Amino acid sequence: MWDYSEKVLDHYRNPRNVGTMDDADLIGEAGSLACGDSLKLFIKLDGNKIKDAKFLTFGCGSAVASSSILTEMIIGKTLDEVKKITNKDIADQLGGLPQQKMHCSVMGREALEDALKKFYGEDSDEWKEIDLSGKAESADKVICNCFNVTEKQILEAIEVNKLKTVEEVTDYTKAGGACGQCKGLIQHIIDEYWEKQGEAKPLTQTQKVLQINKVLVQQISPQLQKDGGDIELIDIDGDKVKVKLTGVCSGCKNASMTLKNFVESILKEKVDSNIEVEQVG
Amino acid sequence: MGKWQQKVSPSRLNLTIRDNKMIYLDNNATTQVDEKVLAEMLPYLKGEYANPSSMYDFAKIPAQALKEARVKVRDFFGAEDEKEIFFTSCGSESANMAIKGSLACNKEKKHIITTKVEHPCVMNTCKSFEKQGYEVDYIGVNSEGVLDLDELKSKIRKDTALVSVMWANNENGVINPVGEIADIVKSRNSETIFYVDGVQAAGKIPMEVKNTKIDMVGISGHKFHAPKGVGALYVNKGCRITPLINGGHQERGLRAGTENVPYIAGMGKAAELAMDNMKFELTEVKRLRDKLEAGILKNVFNSRLNSSAQDRVPNTTNIGFEYVEGELILLHLSDYGICASSGSACTSGSLEPSHVLRAMGIPFTALHGSIRFSLSRFNKESEIDLVIEKMPAIMDKLTKISPFQEELNKLRARR
Repeated sequence: MWDYSEKVLDHYRNPRNVGTMDDADLIGEAGSLACGDSLKLFIKLDGNKIKDAKFLTFGCGSAVASSSILTEMIIGKTLDEVKKITNKDIADQLGGLPQQKMHCSVMGREALEDALKKFYGEDSDEWKEIDLSGKAESADKVICNCFNVTEKQILEAIEVNKLKTVEEVTDYTKAGGACGQCKGLIQHIIDEYWEKQGEAKPLTQTQKVLQINKVLVQQISPQLQKDGGDIELIDIDGDKVKVKLTGVCSGCKNASMTLKNFVESILKEKVDSNIEVEQVG
Repeated sequence: MGKWQQKVSPSRLNLTIRDNKMIYLDNNATTQVDEKVLAEMLPYLKGEYANPSSMYDFAKIPAQALKEARVKVRDFFGAEDEKEIFFTSCGSESANMAIKGSLACNKEKKHIITTKVEHPCVMNTCKSFEKQGYEVDYIGVNSEGVLDLDELKSKIRKDTALVSVMWANNENGVINPVGEIADIVKSRNSETIFYVDGVQAAGKIPMEVKNTKIDMVGISGHKFHAPKGVGALYVNKGCRITPLINGGHQERGLRAGTENVPYIAGMGKAAELAMDNMKFELTEVKRLRDKLEAGILKNVFNSRLNSSAQDRVPNTTNIGFEYVEGELILLHLSDYGICASSGSACTSGSLEPSHVLRAMGIPFTALHGSIRFSLSRFNKESEIDLVIEKMPAIMDKLTKISPFQEELNKLRARR
């Protein structure tokens, strides 16, 4: 049983703005029957303003609720306003969605994007601004063949929702959710994205241990050896790095200064800003 | 009040629990515990708590309960000897014990045959052996869910250690001719072990293992009105397996651990009641199932029967609703207090629809909108009538939301 919010329950039970629109100015489409959900969004314009919106959805409760709330969110707004709506906004308006259902909110955003693309034209500056992941070199490359998910869609989900794991990308875009062959590619996209953002992906405990040891051996120890001392790694407990100063350092009255100002600050910079260094035995 | 109830919205509680209008049609998932089963269990949860292995008189009653339950379950399997019955904790344990236990006795053979429509407890156990270097063949089914026996026969080799085939399928209810399959297996390779996952057959059709060449059958108590947490494995006298759980002498050394006396006693009673009710199951439950099936197919324009196979368990029907998604149907059924289940991707949290329906080649227009109704002897005709009455209204609402209006109109016109 999914833990749906009251708002989701209300919107799938009593979906707003259901139906087609014969005189629609824009139609946005996303998803497909074979993939298990699809959405058709109809928009009637009055100048630059959305006068009316209707939807038809094939999908689960949260897919219908996402579509329904999306129509409420865009009616009465200008295109300039609605182009800023992200999948996260849709989910937030619903009082949140279960993690595995986030792809329903992404489908809403995709249908909206599809409509806007038709309005502005694919080559326009406005579209390039909307197309959050225009930065991808081969944005239209299909990464997940099972669910036909492109690199652009994955990048957009990563950017808007700050996704860091393959599992999260699957929950938001479905990519990797069937045969799983593209999981390596998805991991690569995640790594590259966060690298570009200047943020390394979080280290596992083992990676962290190896990294700390590397910094100690290659950068810290040689400096201390110059003064006739050295350092030994004793234990790592979460973010606490327990070390032993040896040689002349061991009896040095500035030992605690050395640890805080030198050892700890280098480890904080190179490995993890949460690291605390402690001297033992 | 249970934790889950606190989470359920008050409006939903109004519909289902307060008015006591719940209609439970998900008996292949689990069943209600029969009052008589509960009564059988209670003494062993209260005063008669002795360990049945103990030597004092106080242990006599639980030990006797264990003995009687074993005889009842023996009769339930239609087995010859109660020494062939081993109590376990569930159907999955029975399957693991049978598959892993027999392969461990037969290490030089590295080939397994199973089907594409097995329950995960068999499917994933076989897959775990694939990772250990075993070769596994998965036999397909036709569009009605009927197993391809010729393909199965052709795959049996000299080094086939195990064939594992379910007695009845949980999703479409199709019964496999396991007696006949046993003959095929043994005639091609007399050393090959044949395991039958009997979880969905138990309590629904008679199981007569006595005159068959089946080596092992696993069952689960909670599928036939015993509580969750107890199962059994029939192991033919001539079949050798090694234990999964080592420890004491219990279950003749094949399944250690102090016997779960209250639950085993309960399952024994449930087995007895299932035998008493077998005729009712095959006639009355089947009549209600057939009525439900016919009623929905007649009244709902976008419905199709996913399997009309001749041999199906009497309680199960699987109906596809084209161009509407299964979870959405279940949520709306639930608002009327109707409990069923779906092979839709969305209900499981996975992204792919049921492997059984895919193996059957159910058209993708109905694949995501397939609903399984599974009855029990506790269902009333009035409940079935209500579902038949409500279904068209639900589908009327939901088809209006579907983007496939043209296709739906074509279906309407065809009626």
